[in-house]
Amino acid sequence: MSIKKKKKLTPIQQEYQQFAQEREPKRPILFNCVKAFFVGGFICTLGQAIQMIFVKYFHFSQEGAANPTVAVIIIITVLLTGFGVFDHIAQYAGAGTVIPITGFANTMASAAIEHRTEGFVLGVGGNMFKLSGPVIVYGVFSAFVVSLLVISLRALGVM
Amino acid sequence: MLKGHQTWVFETKPTIIASAAVGGPSEAKGPLASDFDLLHGDIRLGQDSYEKAEQKLQEQACETAIKKANMKKEDVQFLLSGDLINQIVPSSFSARTLSVPFLGLYGACSTSMQGLSLASLLVDSKFAKNALVCVSSHNAASEKQYRYPTEYGSQKPPTAQWTVTGSGAALVSDQGEGPKVTASTIGRVIDMGLSDPFNMGAAMAPAAVDTLEAHFRDLDRDPSYYDLIATGDLGRVGHRIAGDLLKKHGLNIPEEIFTDCGILIYNKDQPVVMAGGSGCGCAAVTTFGHFLNRMRKGELRKILVIATGALLSPMSYQQKESIPSVAHAVCIEI
Repeated sequence: MSIKKKKKLTPIQQEYQQFAQEREPKRPILFNCVKAFFVGGFICTLGQAIQMIFVKYFHFSQEGAANPTVAVIIIITVLLTGFGVFDHIAQYAGAGTVIPITGFANTMASAAIEHRTEGFVLGVGGNMFKLSGPVIVYGVFSAFVVSLLVISLRALGVM
Repeated sequence: MLKGHQTWVFETKPTIIASAAVGGPSEAKGPLASDFDLLHGDIRLGQDSYEKAEQKLQEQACETAIKKANMKKEDVQFLLSGDLINQIVPSSFSARTLSVPFLGLYGACSTSMQGLSLASLLVDSKFAKNALVCVSSHNAASEKQYRYPTEYGSQKPPTAQWTVTGSGAALVSDQGEGPKVTASTIGRVIDMGLSDPFNMGAAMAPAAVDTLEAHFRDLDRDPSYYDLIATGDLGRVGHRIAGDLLKKHGLNIPEEIFTDCGILIYNKDQPVVMAGGSGCGCAAVTTFGHFLNRMRKGELRKILVIATGALLSPMSYQQKESIPSVAHAVCIEI
């Protein structure tokens, strides 16, 4: 519990929270990290294999093969999400499935499926980016800040 | 009649002449499956949305309860029902189907005992001859509203609970045979400043403890009066906290009679349920199905059910508010 949050609580609330915390099962953080490492690593190895297939059999350049590789991983994720398997894998893998492109694809697909009942425009269209929207907003914004920094550093002759 | 600060004693002893429980696929795999009147393998119940599925659950529970009492819906004066969905639409829509005078309730997961208390009050005060209580929750509909899309892959902590897909209904009457509602204690809203929606058990445990203490104080009773004392949906985490907190406050409830609906409804080897069941339906199907069946068989004579509710909304949680909780206790005897 952060100090700031603790300040707002009465002594009775603090005492209870301490009491409750002692009786709660903890998140197995180390074990979760190990699982995330192996599942995430497996997904990336799979991605690497797909990329090599594109280079070897479809005559893509090393760089050009990245796009179809990402597309294949996204399609697999969307299919797993649609068949209701992905959330079970994610409960096991945690960050292992969230960090690669699989996490992003899943947020969009799951939101689209969930809100299908509210129609294609307000339901699917309006909610598809409900979870992935922040990723795009802050991704674009941080890219903007970084590029401003790079331009100013170049203008100053640092880079 | 009011006794003590917050306890009603029903002198005419309103009778639960019939009750029904309807469940979904996870409940069918649980140990209480045989106590359900109807179980569904399809979480959508063949409907085109989860919300409609929840409405269907309520309709089936109400119809089954009325049928079991050999009544017609015209014999029921009032329907008191509630659920967890915004503006309690599954309840209102199923009340539209039943077309019985309707009072909508919201007490989060404590609605089952809130409803049973109010229905008993109506019958006891002669404002109704037959009052029907119906409560439901739906796993996917609740996940959609309170958390993330059902297929979204996030890792839940071990304190998380699984919302029960199910609906329980009880028909309370001024005459007839069956378990009788003798008293109920209405709880205060308690807030211990917890704000983690994946740890509702710990947030709700103090409310259960407060209501239990009030119940025993108001009625000047000892826990040994009961064959069974069950909390609504504290789950494994919250139930343990509540038990220890009661001991700390000097109220010893023997472990063999102190249980929780959220623990009873699922098997330990059902991995998705984490710390246990939750939702309005949890206390409702366990009480109106399992417990009342055991009472009718003569296995239990006096029980106390304390349904606990976490009074949060998805918005209050995002606005960094804590989770206030309430608990209502109902004493049922045969």
